[in-house]
Amino acid sequence: MQTHQAKRVEITIERVMQSRLTDALHKAGVTGYSILPVLGGSGRSGEWSRSGQVSPASGMVQVICIIRPERLDALLKAAFAVVERHIGVVCVTDCEVLRAERF
Amino acid sequence: MPDSLALAADNLLSPIVLSFALGLAASLARSDLSVPEAAAKALSIYLLFAIGFKGGVSVADHGVDLSLGGALIAGVVLSALLPLIAFALLRVMSRLDRLNAAAVAAHYGSISIVTFVAATSMLDSQGIASEGYMVAVAAAMEAPAILSALWLISRGEGGGRMDAKLWREILLNGSIVLLVGAFLIGWITGPEGLAEISSFVVAPFKGVLCLFLLDMGLVAGRGLRQGRGVLGLGAVAFGLVMPMLGGLAGLLAALTLGLSTGGTALMMVLSASASYIAVPAAMRVALPEANPSIYLTLSLGVTFPFNLTLGIPLYLALASAATGG
Repeated sequence: MQTHQAKRVEITIERVMQSRLTDALHKAGVTGYSILPVLGGSGRSGEWSRSGQVSPASGMVQVICIIRPERLDALLKAAFAVVERHIGVVCVTDCEVLRAERF
Repeated sequence: MPDSLALAADNLLSPIVLSFALGLAASLARSDLSVPEAAAKALSIYLLFAIGFKGGVSVADHGVDLSLGGALIAGVVLSALLPLIAFALLRVMSRLDRLNAAAVAAHYGSISIVTFVAATSMLDSQGIASEGYMVAVAAAMEAPAILSALWLISRGEGGGRMDAKLWREILLNGSIVLLVGAFLIGWITGPEGLAEISSFVVAPFKGVLCLFLLDMGLVAGRGLRQGRGVLGLGAVAFGLVMPMLGGLAGLLAALTLGLSTGGTALMMVLSASASYIAVPAAMRVALPEANPSIYLTLSLGVTFPFNLTLGIPLYLALASAATGG
């Protein structure tokens, strides 16, 4: 089956920054993404778990976008402006999709 | 004094505090006991609705006078000024840098609505009446402290980020909307409205509060475990001293306003408590370089348990002595 090159961008970011990130993505022309809850983890700021958090300050989410390679720079620029000062990880990997016209 | 000790002992052995202690102990012992996230959210919605509604009914029942405006202004002023005291104290007592000290200070100007709910429950148990509008004062005290903290930072080399979106998130956060909304519903519908739903908002209140505080104990224990080593002795001492200073500031404000014994105790509780819901979220956006483990562990792991176990009866005893109640 014919497949097409694409980029998968995973942005793990604090829950309080989620809407700021998706707003920035929309402004950069990225309208397709999925948001997943992160159950817990450990990093430079210590260990944490989603369970029992009383404040949205402690939660993390992952925003996943799959885009055409030529749109990657615009997305990363928009994402970096939001996540620069915050806890989080931005990760880019190559992937293939079946229906290129959707991305 | 014997009365105060009896009050403290009663509070420590109340189902509410013992439920909190159970959660704390279970968490520290690494038990797998947990309250599902959705259930904890539902419990908090119930508590906020019930406390807001009953406050509104009380205002409808007793009427409004100028003291409402005075109490609101006093609440806003306390919330704005307490972070300045907290900041100065932290700089003397702890090794926290300017940024983290300002972030912590913001929490101590704002309020803990759960501490407030626990205090109103204690007042109910003792048969002590309070001004119903203290619920509105609680809502008014959430935000000004954040501005004070950002002002403290702006005086140094760093800068906080405050935009319109953050303003909207702070002022319209779910807890405030629900608390104020339920207060207005209670005010509009009055005692007749309460009679219609009292079997829901009055009778189960303490049982629900016990379950919620069980969850808070689990959360506090988890926070203490995860934040172990983050706080120095000076910071921990601050977490115990600051609520008492805040309580005294609240006492002065309440006496100036001429509040009742119950209202004075609640003003002290509001001034003594530290936020762990609204302010941490605002700090993550406005001051992301500040370490959340420090301010969350202090407010939730040190000050909240202190206020719940010893603080509330202490504030009530002082309020009773000062007002002659």
